[in-house]
Amino acid sequence: MSKAPLVWKLYIAAFYIFLFAPLLVVAIFAFNASAFPSPPWKGGTLEWFIGSGAVFGKPGVLMDPIWLTSIGNSLKVAVPVAVLAVLLGTINAWVLERAEFRGKTIVAMMMLWPLVIPGVILGISILAFFSRVANGLEELLQTDLDPLRPGLPLVVLGQLSFILTIATLIIAARLRKFDRSLEEAALDLGASRSRVLRTVTLPFLRPALVGAGLVALLMSFENFNTTLMLVGSDPPLPITMYGQMREGATPAINAVSLLLMLGVGGIASLFALTSKAQS
Amino acid sequence: MMPARKLALFLLLAPAVLWLGLLILLPHVEILILSFSERVGPRVYAFGLGNYLEFFTEPLYWRTFARTAVMSILVTALTLVLAFPIALYIARVAQGRLKAMLLLLCLLPFWVSELVRTLGWMMLLRETGLISYLLQRVGLASQPVEMLYNDGAVILGLVYGGLLFMIVPLANALESLEPSVVEAGYDLGGSRWTVLRRIVIPHATPGIVAGSIIVFMLTVGNFATPVLLGGKNGLWFTEQIYAQFITRFNWPQGAAFGMLLLVLSSVIVWLGLRLSGQSLGTTLRQA
Repeated sequence: MSKAPLVWKLYIAAFYIFLFAPLLVVAIFAFNASAFPSPPWKGGTLEWFIGSGAVFGKPGVLMDPIWLTSIGNSLKVAVPVAVLAVLLGTINAWVLERAEFRGKTIVAMMMLWPLVIPGVILGISILAFFSRVANGLEELLQTDLDPLRPGLPLVVLGQLSFILTIATLIIAARLRKFDRSLEEAALDLGASRSRVLRTVTLPFLRPALVGAGLVALLMSFENFNTTLMLVGSDPPLPITMYGQMREGATPAINAVSLLLMLGVGGIASLFALTSKAQS
Repeated sequence: MMPARKLALFLLLAPAVLWLGLLILLPHVEILILSFSERVGPRVYAFGLGNYLEFFTEPLYWRTFARTAVMSILVTALTLVLAFPIALYIARVAQGRLKAMLLLLCLLPFWVSELVRTLGWMMLLRETGLISYLLQRVGLASQPVEMLYNDGAVILGLVYGGLLFMIVPLANALESLEPSVVEAGYDLGGSRWTVLRRIVIPHATPGIVAGSIIVFMLTVGNFATPVLLGGKNGLWFTEQIYAQFITRFNWPQGAAFGMLLLVLSSVIVWLGLRLSGQSLGTTLRQA
């Protein structure tokens, strides 16, 4: 099987062209000096990145408050999601790898569930549940509980519901490889438990913690399905993109997409580096 | 010592219990209850099967549901057929740097947002898009060609979105196949096709199951791709859920649809696991 027939090789080549064609088109047309994101090519411009709107009537991404606010909203969601995912994911990993108790297999299995539930359903179920809680509590306390209504705090919870599974799995995989005799040695040498955690265990886990944080950041930034159901009046980036794509957008959307690709590329290579350090 | 240990365990378990309880279990109980409640007056609800009856009596609803199920199975099968030669090449033929590079190149597009990828397909396929433009330039078409807003475009977009999740588990499964077993197959007079069918494919079964289940789940639950590439003809069931919840504000109906989608996706996943004798844990680990 070592000599692959030519047809096979041609198929592989065609496949990779197919894989990258849509991304290349998006990237190239971010620089087209036209009011529409479509051919013909009318010459290169950076107007869709930094233009003030004087040339085409619509501003570039970095000058447009709509895009800038959306990116800001995405960050307001992604950073808390990543921090919580790493913190809680570490504790969950500990439960999976170190704790012994009855019903552990059930807990371990339930932690996988969020991955097999469609994102749209995670979204509507959390929306419905928190609305009921808000209705009940508001009647009881006679105050408004806006964080439980559609909006960025609810988006954080919705995304966390499945991103936490992924963070837990990444950190648990690393914890499983840890040689516990290192901890015992440190304890024998007179270190306190918290000191062992701080100077032995956590440094060992660090690549996984960074990796889990980056993956969480990325997944949060790009999540659409769950976010769509929980979003209020502050749309994160994917929601704004979706709206613009339905209405017919200017090449500014290509510019946003290109920036997103570059950001993702950066984060992905960081993640690749941390996981290389892991193995 | 004992109470302290118990307290420590309790504290360790607290995040998991809060997470699974408040964000997964109770919300699902909530939509289950909601799906069985009927509006009998302004702000008054009673138990009833009305939302499910509505689903079976309104053709738009159950047809969209059936369409989503059938097209998702079709997409999964297509993805498998398209991905298999790639995975086989990466796992068995490519060596060293080429192998690493091919795998990395597969991963890259999937780190990019689904919306960006869909935007790319829209720019390629639409009437004013690149393919239509090129066809006109070389004289194959005399007027703009619309390739968006039909089932073909939806299937294309969904297959594209599923490929990676098929290739990785397939390549992982094929990786562990002993070259000597394949050699033996040839030595015993097996043709290329016989070896593929009797040795390679059976060996790849865990990967095929894992990939198919993941692609099916992602496809059934997809929202943006069918809506954006299919337009009015997209008709995906998730869109009905969204319409009931957000546009019409008929939550009980939307909850019933949600339960139906959950049942559909769980039943197909369970069937896939049963038919192939795999378990969920190992399947997810494959991916």
